[in-house]
Amino acid sequence: MPRANYPAGLGSLIWLGIVGLPLYVLVAATFQTRDGYIDDGPLALPDHPTLANYRRVLRSDFLSYLLNTALVTAVCAAIVITLSVTVGYTVVRARGRASRRIFQIFLLGLAIPSQAVVIPVYLVITKLQLYDTLLAVILPTAAFSLPVSVLILVGTMRDIDEELYESMALDGASPTRVLLQLVVPLSRSGISTVGVMSALHAWNGFLFPLLLTQSKSNRLLTLGLYDYVGEFRVDTPALLTAVVLSIVPIFLVYLFARRQLISGLMGVGGK
Amino acid sequence: MADAAKSGGRASVGRAGVGRPGVVWALPGALFFVFFAVAPMVLVGALAFTDWDGIGTPSWTGMSNWSRLWDDPETHQAIWLSLILTVLTWVFQTPLALLLGVWAAGRQRNRAVLSAIFFLPLLGSSVALALVWKSLLDPNFGLIADIGPALGFADGDLLGSSKGAFGAILFVTAWQFIPLHTLIYQGGARAIPRSLYDAAAIDGAGTVRQFFSITLPQLRNTIVTSSVIMVVGALTFFDTVLILTKGGPGTDTTIVPYLMYKNGFQAFDLGYASAVATILVVVATTVSLLLVRLTGFAAMRSTREGM
Repeated sequence: MPRANYPAGLGSLIWLGIVGLPLYVLVAATFQTRDGYIDDGPLALPDHPTLANYRRVLRSDFLSYLLNTALVTAVCAAIVITLSVTVGYTVVRARGRASRRIFQIFLLGLAIPSQAVVIPVYLVITKLQLYDTLLAVILPTAAFSLPVSVLILVGTMRDIDEELYESMALDGASPTRVLLQLVVPLSRSGISTVGVMSALHAWNGFLFPLLLTQSKSNRLLTLGLYDYVGEFRVDTPALLTAVVLSIVPIFLVYLFARRQLISGLMGVGGK
Repeated sequence: MADAAKSGGRASVGRAGVGRPGVVWALPGALFFVFFAVAPMVLVGALAFTDWDGIGTPSWTGMSNWSRLWDDPETHQAIWLSLILTVLTWVFQTPLALLLGVWAAGRQRNRAVLSAIFFLPLLGSSVALALVWKSLLDPNFGLIADIGPALGFADGDLLGSSKGAFGAILFVTAWQFIPLHTLIYQGGARAIPRSLYDAAAIDGAGTVRQFFSITLPQLRNTIVTSSVIMVVGALTFFDTVLILTKGGPGTDTTIVPYLMYKNGFQAFDLGYASAVATILVVVATTVSLLLVRLTGFAAMRSTREGM
């Protein structure tokens, strides 16, 4: 181990402050009253902590937005997992040029920004008569999660030992059986990374909900937050409470799946 | 299909292709992706030659959007702002993320805890985080009212000034995305063989020398991967701009994606907005070609041993 590197340690502590301070203000403000926040400033600890902000936000349409978002997130993750597992399996195992070409399409697709194609997506969605439905958000959101997911799964599936395939081939196993009994169990870590990352992507999506839905009953959380800016006007603590509540579910997933998510992300950069 | 293969039983032993999926297996995923991502990318180029209000049918207008784009000072400004933002994002985020990532790759316990905290901003949506920063930067009630004067904004109205608003976007997006790149560099740094450092230490190389002679060269691929993500990311800082500045003051933070949104979904001039979006597509495609060239298949091959 190299000697202790004090400048680096100091630098990381400074960064901790930069990351931590806004998060502290965010959480502290949610327990403030509106007047307390205005009088004492954002850095103050609440004198009289109150849960009134939470009550207020939960009484608004927040829960219906949350439910919509949970539904969109779950369906997106299911689509992404199903499709990227089969694509990854084919890229790693199929012989021939076609599967390599398909992999190339996904690699190129990595760099397509959703902003750049949102207008044609809007055209396609209206032509399919899906405008202002949750499906209108689900389909393109899932599509844009696919490239990274395929990349991660190809990386994981390439690690499966050739001998295992051979011994299954000796038993005359069909591709379906190889997939379900060998590939899926051995790629479990990659699959859960893909699940968590696509869920995070769907949960936090904004542009597609903004442009492809309209009515309040189809509103998603991020768009709801954006609306709260008008609704809560100068009531910053109420607005920030809605922000905190929107992060809580994904934070719980994070606590549960932290290792998974981090190792998956590091795999993207490793070598 | 499964039963047919099974009933073939031992007869098919050793035949190449047993247990191998045909390319059909990849078709659902590939077609889905092509339909909702690749085809729209081509379609946007076609829509750029039409006039369309979002409701009727697009009508062909030839080059008119393009000649308008050529003459529009707001578009020139947007392209220029996007370029500066992308370059500054890279210059600002890469060294910080690299240093933090290499530092976090050490294995002491406190580093694990700290890097877990570093990761937190990634959990919030850019909407949620932009709202947090919007309230911190509120000239009346935010933190900026107190520290603004020290930064040269006596009235705390950082977002009301052209340089301040641009700087705020640069800072907030860095705050949000440096953690992601830190993680990527952490992964890359962990993959560097320890023996290289041990050998260098025996030769008497210090920490700084080791960083420049071993760590940096070994992280070459990681730097490319991270840079591509960063550049494509900088082209898409839409949510943050919408919430923090709405492209203002004036048009001083109207970057290309925001300009597209403004023309397309506020002025309902989707033909012209498609021309603007085509610029994004061209840049993004160039970047993605570079991705495949520089890291692409070579990188994929090495993950076989690396992961």
